[in-house]
Amino acid sequence: MEKEKAITVKNLVKKFGSFVANDNLTFDVYKGEIFGFLGANGAGKTTALKILCGLSSPTSGEINVAGFDVYSETNKIKNNIGYMSQKFSLYEDLTVYENIRFYGGIYGLKLKDIRKRADELIQKLGLTNVRNELLSSIPLGWKQKLAFSVAIFHHPKIVFLDEPTGGVDPVTRREFWDMIYDAAGEGITIMVTTHYMDEAEYCNRVCIMVDGRIEAIGTPSELIKNQNAENMNDVFLQLARKAKQQ
Amino acid sequence: MLPVIFVMPIIQLIILVNAATYEMKNIKLCIVDQDLSTFSRNLSSKFEGSPYFVIEKRTFSSKEAITYIDRGEITAAIIIPQGFERKIIRNEKNIKVQVLIDAINGTNAGVSQAYIISILQDYNKQILSKLLPVNSSNNGIVTSRRFWYNPELNYKTFMVPGILVLLITIISFILSGMNVVREKEIGTIEQINVTPIKKYQFIAGKLIPFWIIGLFELAFGLTIGKLLFDIPLVGSLGLVFGFAAIYLIVLLALGLLVSTIVNTQQQAMFISFFFMVVFILMSGLFTGVESMPEWAQIVNKANPLAYFVEVMRMILLKGSGISDIIKQLIAIITFAFFMISLAVWRYKKIS
Repeated sequence: MEKEKAITVKNLVKKFGSFVANDNLTFDVYKGEIFGFLGANGAGKTTALKILCGLSSPTSGEINVAGFDVYSETNKIKNNIGYMSQKFSLYEDLTVYENIRFYGGIYGLKLKDIRKRADELIQKLGLTNVRNELLSSIPLGWKQKLAFSVAIFHHPKIVFLDEPTGGVDPVTRREFWDMIYDAAGEGITIMVTTHYMDEAEYCNRVCIMVDGRIEAIGTPSELIKNQNAENMNDVFLQLARKAKQQ
Repeated sequence: MLPVIFVMPIIQLIILVNAATYEMKNIKLCIVDQDLSTFSRNLSSKFEGSPYFVIEKRTFSSKEAITYIDRGEITAAIIIPQGFERKIIRNEKNIKVQVLIDAINGTNAGVSQAYIISILQDYNKQILSKLLPVNSSNNGIVTSRRFWYNPELNYKTFMVPGILVLLITIISFILSGMNVVREKEIGTIEQINVTPIKKYQFIAGKLIPFWIIGLFELAFGLTIGKLLFDIPLVGSLGLVFGFAAIYLIVLLALGLLVSTIVNTQQQAMFISFFFMVVFILMSGLFTGVESMPEWAQIVNKANPLAYFVEVMRMILLKGSGISDIIKQLIAIITFAFFMISLAVWRYKKIS
């Protein structure tokens, strides 16, 4: 049986002037999986992600996100996705609770529901003590976890994470991945970009991008086998080197 | 931030209103009395007695007086030539007194000149009545002046409404101009842009808080103006606030427009500054619009500040009603619609 697709991308091209950031990308993301987007800085991961989120428009290609067309149904897509960027993007001058209420409100949740779910969430994250503290006063790791929780607060079908664990300590990173697994367990499709290769092994499937092209796609174990490598790190290095020799 | 928003304008209001005045007091004079007669002394005592003048120097040489002007020690010199009294008594024609004025500041020079001339005329009349007592009763036209709407020619009354406009303009324009671009710098704008929020909702969310702050600021400023400077509030305050409400929308939308176009707060600052300076200097706040060249008056039709300064003075000092300001009202409403549409259109969720 064919697995249900959350995202389908056919021949996606994105050009900035004469620079080709995304060169003919074609891939599918299945519902409920954790799909990793790997690549060096400038490989085009973030560009592709932004196009899928509707933050940037593609030069050409057929793209379907959560069952909606990227060109004509942008707003429907936006109702069904969550997004967390590498730049921390909650409001530093609002409190923990205010941030949750604000984003809940934008997605049209009722205030009653927001209150209830916010209380649950704050308790789960262990942020009860800093509930009414300004965000600027809490540590980065906590903020990142909060940002992820806010991104999935409205129960989106898909959540896009753009290098979510940049600058976070290993313990918090591990906890962060636990949260990602929890979300995937609830049926949320997760698309994550990263350049930490250990994180790549946490993904169900990964796609390795080099110079704007997809160099390999598959489960981590498939890739390791195909490349005759010991781990994902080797896979990545082999593919990246190959690109430079061409 | 909030204290800054409120305390700064008050300080500015107090400083600017007291400082920015065309009223001249203590104009520094040099009397060059080369005649040393009763008549010449009488004339110089007229200047001494006037509250507008201080006799800073006395000399006999006009060259020396010019040096004083060059050095900036005095603003004007009055040169009473030798033979002044003799000519008057002999009833000669063309009796001359020379007035030299430092015109580095044209406005000040103009005002000084007007004061000096009026004293000279006064003196002239006095002499005529002394020498020709018979004719004195029907001696020419007697003029008496009454200044409407500001009988004491109090510049504070004139300046307060204008400076209030200036303050709420700066606050609202800068706040809104810095706003969206700040979110761009921090990165929060991206998070907003992936949400299904509508453009008009976003713009409204940005406008309303500043709009309220702007109106508050106006209420605050008017209170200060009334309490501290006792400016007359002749017209309807409702009308003032009504007009201000629309005016603020124009300014805030313009600020947001700037904010959506630029990428850094620094750029926003420069562009806002450019608009502000042009708007303010052309608004008629300090120099009358009527005396500007024709092209400038045409340009001013696109200057929202000019309308607001004019309307504020009309309502507060003259008590103008809605029918008197209908032209300005229509103009400002048109601006508001135009600016808001432009800001909503220019704000793009997709880069």
